[in-house]
Amino acid sequence: MADPVLDLRGLSKAFGALKATDDVSLTLLPGEIHALIGPNGAGKSTLMGLVSGKITPDAGEVRLGGQDITALSVANRARLGLGRSFQVSSLIPEYSALRNVMLAVQARQGHSYRFLKPVMRDRPLRDEARAILSRVGLDSRASVEAAVLSHGERRLLEIAVALALKPRCFLLDEPMAGLGSEGTARLVSFLQTLRQEAPILLVEHDMDAVFRLADRISVLVYGRIIATGSVDDIRANAQVRAVYLGEETSA
Amino acid sequence: MDSTRKEWLLNALIATALLAVPLWALMANEPFIITLATRIAILAIAAVGLNIALGLGGMVSFGHALYLGLGGYVAGIAAHHAFSGTTVLGLPGTNQMLPIWAIAMILSGAVAGVVGALSLRTSGIFFIMITLAFAQMGFFFTLSWPAYGGEDGLPIFVRNQFPGLNTARPWDMFLLSYAVLIAALILFAMLRAARFGAALMAIRQNPDRAAAIGISPFGIKLVGFIISGMITGLAGAMMADLTRFVSPAMLAWTMSGELIVIIILGGVGRLFGPVAGAAILVGFEVFFGGLTEHWKLWLGLVLLGVVLFARGGLIGLLAGRAQNG
Amino acid sequence: MSLALVLEQLLNGVQFGLMLFLMSAGLTLVFGVMGLINLAHGSLYMIGAFLCAAVSGITGNFWLGLMGGLTAAAAAGALIEVLVIRRLYVRDHLDQVLATFALILILSEAMRLIFGPFPLYLNVPSALRGTVSLGIVDYSLYRLALIGFGIAVALGLWVLIAKTRLGIRIRAGESDREMIAALGVNIRALYTIVFALGAALAGLAGALVGAIQSVQVGMGEPVLILAFVVIVIGGIGSIKGAMVGALLVGVIDTMGRFLLPRVFAAFLDTSQAMGVGAALASMLIYLLMALVLIFRPKGLFPAHG
Repeated sequence: MADPVLDLRGLSKAFGALKATDDVSLTLLPGEIHALIGPNGAGKSTLMGLVSGKITPDAGEVRLGGQDITALSVANRARLGLGRSFQVSSLIPEYSALRNVMLAVQARQGHSYRFLKPVMRDRPLRDEARAILSRVGLDSRASVEAAVLSHGERRLLEIAVALALKPRCFLLDEPMAGLGSEGTARLVSFLQTLRQEAPILLVEHDMDAVFRLADRISVLVYGRIIATGSVDDIRANAQVRAVYLGEETSA
Repeated sequence: MDSTRKEWLLNALIATALLAVPLWALMANEPFIITLATRIAILAIAAVGLNIALGLGGMVSFGHALYLGLGGYVAGIAAHHAFSGTTVLGLPGTNQMLPIWAIAMILSGAVAGVVGALSLRTSGIFFIMITLAFAQMGFFFTLSWPAYGGEDGLPIFVRNQFPGLNTARPWDMFLLSYAVLIAALILFAMLRAARFGAALMAIRQNPDRAAAIGISPFGIKLVGFIISGMITGLAGAMMADLTRFVSPAMLAWTMSGELIVIIILGGVGRLFGPVAGAAILVGFEVFFGGLTEHWKLWLGLVLLGVVLFARGGLIGLLAGRAQNG
Repeated sequence: MSLALVLEQLLNGVQFGLMLFLMSAGLTLVFGVMGLINLAHGSLYMIGAFLCAAVSGITGNFWLGLMGGLTAAAAAGALIEVLVIRRLYVRDHLDQVLATFALILILSEAMRLIFGPFPLYLNVPSALRGTVSLGIVDYSLYRLALIGFGIAVALGLWVLIAKTRLGIRIRAGESDREMIAALGVNIRALYTIVFALGAALAGLAGALVGAIQSVQVGMGEPVLILAFVVIVIGGIGSIKGAMVGALLVGVIDTMGRFLLPRVFAAFLDTSQAMGVGAALASMLIYLLMALVLIFRPKGLFPAHG
């Protein structure tokens, strides 16, 4: 088996008495889409925070490409190749779509301490950002401010920003949220091509999408992973069915 | 006409007016007007400095008077020792503006580096208050340190020199200040358009996003804060030479407030915001100050009106919202 | 340097600290509940002092003046809240700083317009003149009364916040704005009441201190800055923090000014020691604040977890 790109080992985080993340271990292998599902309040956001570096774990470690990155800041992890998209669109609101992507390209190149040359005259920077925008189908909206893009367009821009980072793995936090069926279908086929570039850790509510995309699924309940396996394994898992059926009957 | 072109036209208009009015005053032999224009230019330089921290980086420094005062005291102390032929820390004084400016900027940059490194650990109201605290330390230090005049301040008997100019003449002093202002504005525009500015403005709007793509907010903000302090420090040295006097008042918290007011009146983050704001403030003081001794009441009302109802300042009012491409 | 002198300075520090607490309590409440930075808090202190001096000048009665000052500050606070401050709750800190900076200009000039450019004088009430013997030291009766008064008001405030219905709403407002709106509390009225309460405390402090200082335009700003130092040290939004911070600032500032020149006199000549000591002493509390923020970026008693 190939070495995992992303390797979470025994991660735990408590907020007071609440164990938001309880001894979570999980791997992301080259080329795979590993989906993380779980009912609301299962601790998905906390786990994403631990992986991205926003939250410091009480115990356990996060390894990226074999390197322990547990002590690194959000920015340093991103520079090492952790490409994150946000659950709630988190772009630079006053920047155009193009400038949002250009900023990500600039960040990847690591050259933010350049004081004199105007970015808009930086042809390679612009061209690369434009190419990425057209890959996600946003080229016609390049000059529109992120704040006035539609919800679906902002979700796509999130993906474009993650793409621009050319990460070693993608961390996608509910990319389908609020997209509608057509948008979801388009994004599903796009993610199928994205996995060629880097494996994807996908947190997603849309079960149809998860079952179509994922190679493996992990189920998070009350901060613990109760099952990890293929789509069929998870569909057949009695414990998982109990959690989800239970949730549906009570909802 | 789109708002970007409108803004450039307005900027050109302001730049021309700031040159034309004192030129007219030179012809009409009105040195007071020239000195007023010089004051506007120097205050504008100080505010251009603050505009980098506040306008681009969103760092609400309530202590930029510290750098203004530092620059001022560098000019005052250098002139003092040059005049008396004594030394300070083993160095002789000087009455040359260029070395004074260099020292003022290096010192302001160093202090801004320390203040910034400590203050940027906090945010929001805590950042506002800790920058204020550092400026207050400077204020009380100059107030109670007797060597350079304490609360009486320190006079500069003869204005410091600049090669090729007679700085004692109001017009020469104006031209010098105007040139430095234009240079500061060009620097601001270049920083804003460059990768550094792109990162700094992004951090202002969404620090979490900036970090998530690998731009660490702390370093970028700190560098922005240092550049900001250096420019304000330079303005302080020039201000001291204009008034030929430095005193703790230059470091008072109200001075920090005034610098922020200038930026708000003109337009936050706008290239010519500080120039427009400085012109409004000085113009207000001279015009209404001549009409009534209670002019600050009216200034307060105008400022309140701008904050509540016209958040883009003068430039925003006339040229519309800022465009970031 | 006698023990009596040290004790006297220590009492002065405590008295100063308690007056700072009256200023800081309102400031910290307004920030904790409404999230507002109010630079014009010092102006309310000034209004309290001016009205106290004016009313007691006319009636010849300090206590009537005190009531007048307190009422005027509370009324001014409520008026300012309704006219201006209310619009600032949703704004960022920069707008709040600027708008309340504008209020300082307006209120200071208004006082100058009404009362003229010269300072007013406010006499210590006759019942509290003179000194009282505290064993080794004869101490000003009025200052001692200020200490007692400060403690009484602090206790009253504690009861108000911990035990009354209004206090419950204030505390709920600090933790969750939506929740108290959901509970049907009239949030606008609550905010006006909290702001007026803070204003009344500031006005009270101004009136009380006015009797041992001159009453003049601009008297509020130095106290305002100190009150900010206090609440930042204490943890913004925390009344307990404001009390601890106020006493720390009051005692450290007073003792620093008293002791540092004497400490430096041990190894410098007298005039130099006075200079260095005074310079350092005046920076001391800002140094303290910077240190607190560096090591505890949210103050000693962070109000929100």
